[in-house]
Formats: sequence, structure tokens, C-alpha cells
Amino acid sequence: MRERLSRLRSLPLLQRTGVAAEERRLRHQLDSVSRVDASEEEIWAFVELARHPERPYTLDYVERIVEDWVELHGDRGRADDGAIVAGIGRLAGRTVALLGHQKGRDLKERLRRQYGMPHPEGYAKAGRVMDLAERFGFPVVSLIDTPGAYPGLVAEQHGQGGAIARSQAKMITLGVPSVACVIGEGGSGGALALAVSDRVLMQENAIYSVITPEGCAQILWRDQGQARKAAAAFKPDAFHCLELGVIDGIVAEPPGGAQNDPDRAAAQLQEALAAALDDLAGIPGSELRRTRRQKFRAMGVYA
Amino acid sequence: MSETRIDAETTIDVTVERVGRAAEARHPNTCPRCGSHYRDDELEAAIHVCAHCGFHFRMPARARVAWLADAGSFREQAAEVRSADPLHFFDLRPYRERIAEAELNTGLPEAIIIGSARLENHPLELAVMDFSFLGGSMGSAVGEKFVRACDAALAAGVPLLLVSSSGGARMQEGILSLMQLPKTISALDELHEAGLPLFNVLTDPTTGGLMASVASLGDVTIAEPGALLAFTGPRVVQSIIKEKLPDDFGRSEQNLRFGQIDAILPRSEQRPYLARLLRLFGR
Repeated sequence: MRERLSRLRSLPLLQRTGVAAEERRLRHQLDSVSRVDASEEEIWAFVELARHPERPYTLDYVERIVEDWVELHGDRGRADDGAIVAGIGRLAGRTVALLGHQKGRDLKERLRRQYGMPHPEGYAKAGRVMDLAERFGFPVVSLIDTPGAYPGLVAEQHGQGGAIARSQAKMITLGVPSVACVIGEGGSGGALALAVSDRVLMQENAIYSVITPEGCAQILWRDQGQARKAAAAFKPDAFHCLELGVIDGIVAEPPGGAQNDPDRAAAQLQEALAAALDDLAGIPGSELRRTRRQKFRAMGVYA
Repeated sequence: MSETRIDAETTIDVTVERVGRAAEARHPNTCPRCGSHYRDDELEAAIHVCAHCGFHFRMPARARVAWLADAGSFREQAAEVRSADPLHFFDLRPYRERIAEAELNTGLPEAIIIGSARLENHPLELAVMDFSFLGGSMGSAVGEKFVRACDAALAAGVPLLLVSSSGGARMQEGILSLMQLPKTISALDELHEAGLPLFNVLTDPTTGGLMASVASLGDVTIAEPGALLAFTGPRVVQSIIKEKLPDDFGRSEQNLRFGQIDAILPRSEQRPYLARLLRLFGR
């Protein structure tokens, strides 16, 4: 573990964290959190911040960092899923297609947006906007913030698993650059469906996990009340994800979390997204696809 | 999205849970549908299908390979790829202990075995999963072995056949398990780029991460009768959504009706069907 950490430190992993002091703080955080024995409290603090009710959502960032925003609705088949927002706009001087999960702020909006949990129709909508992006050479930017894909009867009948699988397959084959950032909860397949990107970033207080802490506790401990223990065991914080090679960089947030200063959080996010898009600009589609496949093929640790 | 929604009922249908509990008490060779009981050799001779009512028992991976592949044609690959414990995961028991126990109980190196084979003399690559190894869950080793199966198929220029049986991603490897989804899909994309097909046989149960990756991306996908094929299983849907579920929720029959799979085939008809596919896609 120590060895891996020192290898980490030698890589330019922290995307545009702004000033040097911030970079130092993040590196310090990396040192203290990505230990084997990071405490339950340390990890749970990230879970609570990632789910903070005032944390900025996709549209809060869109209104701050995207110019000429045009939201696109519907999957052209059956529905317009409110849990996924899709559209085109200008980000740091270039036209991009932007996809993001959207939770609701008040109860009415939460119900309309299903708490940010998409149905298969949501992934179909994202897919048709990715097709549009590919047709016109727009990079695909996705903001990830969902507890998971919607676990319901109709979602299953309409092929939830297949929708998530096809969304990933489409992202794997995209001939345009793609950048994803987890801005809150990166909940399992529902999050991953929009996050198979050339560069995957996480905000400092975001989480990314294979299952919710409550779901894991229910299955392995047979007690939802053990969610803190479960989170400490599977380590969903950005620092562990970086260490495990699952993400490419961490985006700094204002002190105490993005909810304390959404404008500043948006500026930091914009800078990180722009840097990643700059890195990828001009690379031919076939090479993007090959490199992306290689990156994901290398993931995992086995004996 | 709501046109097919069944009227929400406030009562929770718990039939699935009751069946689940009864199933735990039942002998593995007793048919859960009709109660017929079989000796090991009888079950094996009947390719693990109830001779009385046609119920399909879960088939161990080794038995499946022995039955699917032409006699003596299977050459196992990547048996040395084993699970590690990158998170030092400990729930009620250490993950390492769970792996060791699964190896002992099943005699398998992992929840998937891969290798080259022939089926009615057509060469192909096989990847066969076994639910009895930690619920067929997909961790880094399972993902890596599927990738190697794609590579082997690519190198030999033959189709890949996946027989899935999995509860989904392996929680004990955390986010690395989730990353096996894009990992396996990436390898499949290379296979497809070379013009080689993936055939899927979905068996009971195939849920979660497997359904959200390669199990849903077959060029031709068949399922065994009555198999649970879902992203979210019925117990979780019931507990979260509190909807009354139809009897065939998530089963092969519902999946066929809603257009998610190509056909439902009893085990006895699978070999000729697969041989036909191999002829059609042959080069």
C-alpha cells in the first residue's frame, strides 16, 4: 500500500487543483485517508457530504459554467426521463454535449426526477444525445450524481440492465473526447452508465461505489444500520478511488464542501473539465477509442 | 413511462421471500417445483433437469462444460487467475476466508471457467459461470478471465459463448468490481471489431452487474426457462418500491415478452440451437 502511494505521488494526478496550497491540502488528504485503517468517521463524512441536501446538482453547475445552454428532451422512443438532463452548450469556449443526473431540490421536483434515479428511457435519451455529439464532433461531458438506477417494476420490464450495458458500450466506442466528473453520489451501474469516459474525475467530497452503504450492510451484515461499517469496508471516497486507479483525478472543493460556496465549486469544476478537454483535443477518434478501451481493460486487482 | 405500470398496492407481496426461505431448507437435489428427489447420478444423466416437471436446476460449471463441449475437446485457460483482496475487506468474516471456503466447496478456481472447445465439431471459446462460487459474483478475477476469453476467441478467430449465472458485482472488491463492467465491455468491443460474435445463454440467476454488462450485449441471447434475469431482483424491488410484483417478475418469460432476449430454450434444445448459430456465423 505504501509503495502504491509513493507511485501515486509521482504522477500528475490531481487535475488543476488551482493554487498550490489546495494541491498540498489534497495530497495531505490523500495521505491521511487512503490508509488501510481510515476510520469509519473519516469515510462516513464523505458519504454525508456527497448526499448533502444543499450540494450543487448538475443544473446548478450548468447555469454557472455553460453558456448558450440548450436542453434536449426525450429519448425519441417513449419518454423524457427527468432523472437525466441532456443538452448542448459552450463550456470553456467549445461546444459540448452535456449529460448529467439530476436530483430534485424540493419534494415535488424530487418526485418528478425520481431522486436522480434513471429509468432505461433516461439512458436511451443520453444515448441519442451521445449519437448527436459524435455526429458533430462535440466532446461529451457528464456529471454523475445518482443513488443508482431506478429499482422498479417498469424499469425492469423495459430492460434496465440492458440499457446500462448499452450506454457503457456506446461510451466505449465514442469517436469524440469524453470527460466525466462525479459531483455527488456515484451509485453503481446507474452512475457508471454515464462515466465510461477518457477522463473520469471526482470532486473531493464525492463518492463512487458498487452499491450503496445501506444496500451493502443489508446484504453482508443483514442490517441496514451497519451502513457506516459497510462504507468503511468498501471505501467509496475519491482518495481511495484514485489510489485504486479507478479515476484519473480529484477536483478540489471549497472548504467544508461544495454546498458552502457553489460559485467557487463551479469555477473549480470548470477549470478541471477544461483542462481535461484540452488534453484530449485533437486526438483522432480511433485513437481515443483504443486508448479508452486499454484504460478500462487494465482495471482490477487479482492474484 | 407509466402506461404499463401496475396500480400501486399498499400491501407487499412476500411470496418470493417465503419461497426463498423454503428453498434454503430443501435438499439441493429436490425439485423446488414438484418435490421430486433425485440421486446425484440421476440428476447428472438428466442434465440437471427435473424428469417429472421440467424444472431446470442450476448446473455446476464443470458439468455444463462437460455436456456442452464435444467429448475431450475442452482446454481450460487462465485457471491460475485468482481473486486478491485489495481492500482487505472484512464484513462478518474476512473476504479471504470466503474465497478459500468457496474454492473448497466447489473445487473451482473462481466463479467462471474459460477455455477453448468444440461444439458439434465447430470450434468456439467457452466462458461458463458457477453460482455456487460466491453467488457467481464478478470481481477482478472473473472480469479478467472474461477478458482473456475474448482475447482467446480473437486469437483463434472463433465465436465466444458465455453461460452466465451471477448475482452481480462482488461487493468485497468494492469499486473495482463495478469497473469489471466497462472492462469486460471493452474486451467485447474488440471482439466485435474483429467481426466475431458473442452468444449468451442466460441461466438462473443472472442479475445486477452481469445484466448491466456483457450478459445484455450478446449478438444472440437465449435463456433457460424460469430463470431470474434482472438488474434489480424482486426482493429489493419489493422492499424499496413496495409494489406488488407479477408472478413472473424478472423471469425469462417476462424478458422474452418485453423484448429483452431472443428465445427461451430448455436445456435439451440448446446444443442443436447453438450448433446452428455456429454454422450461420461460421467463416
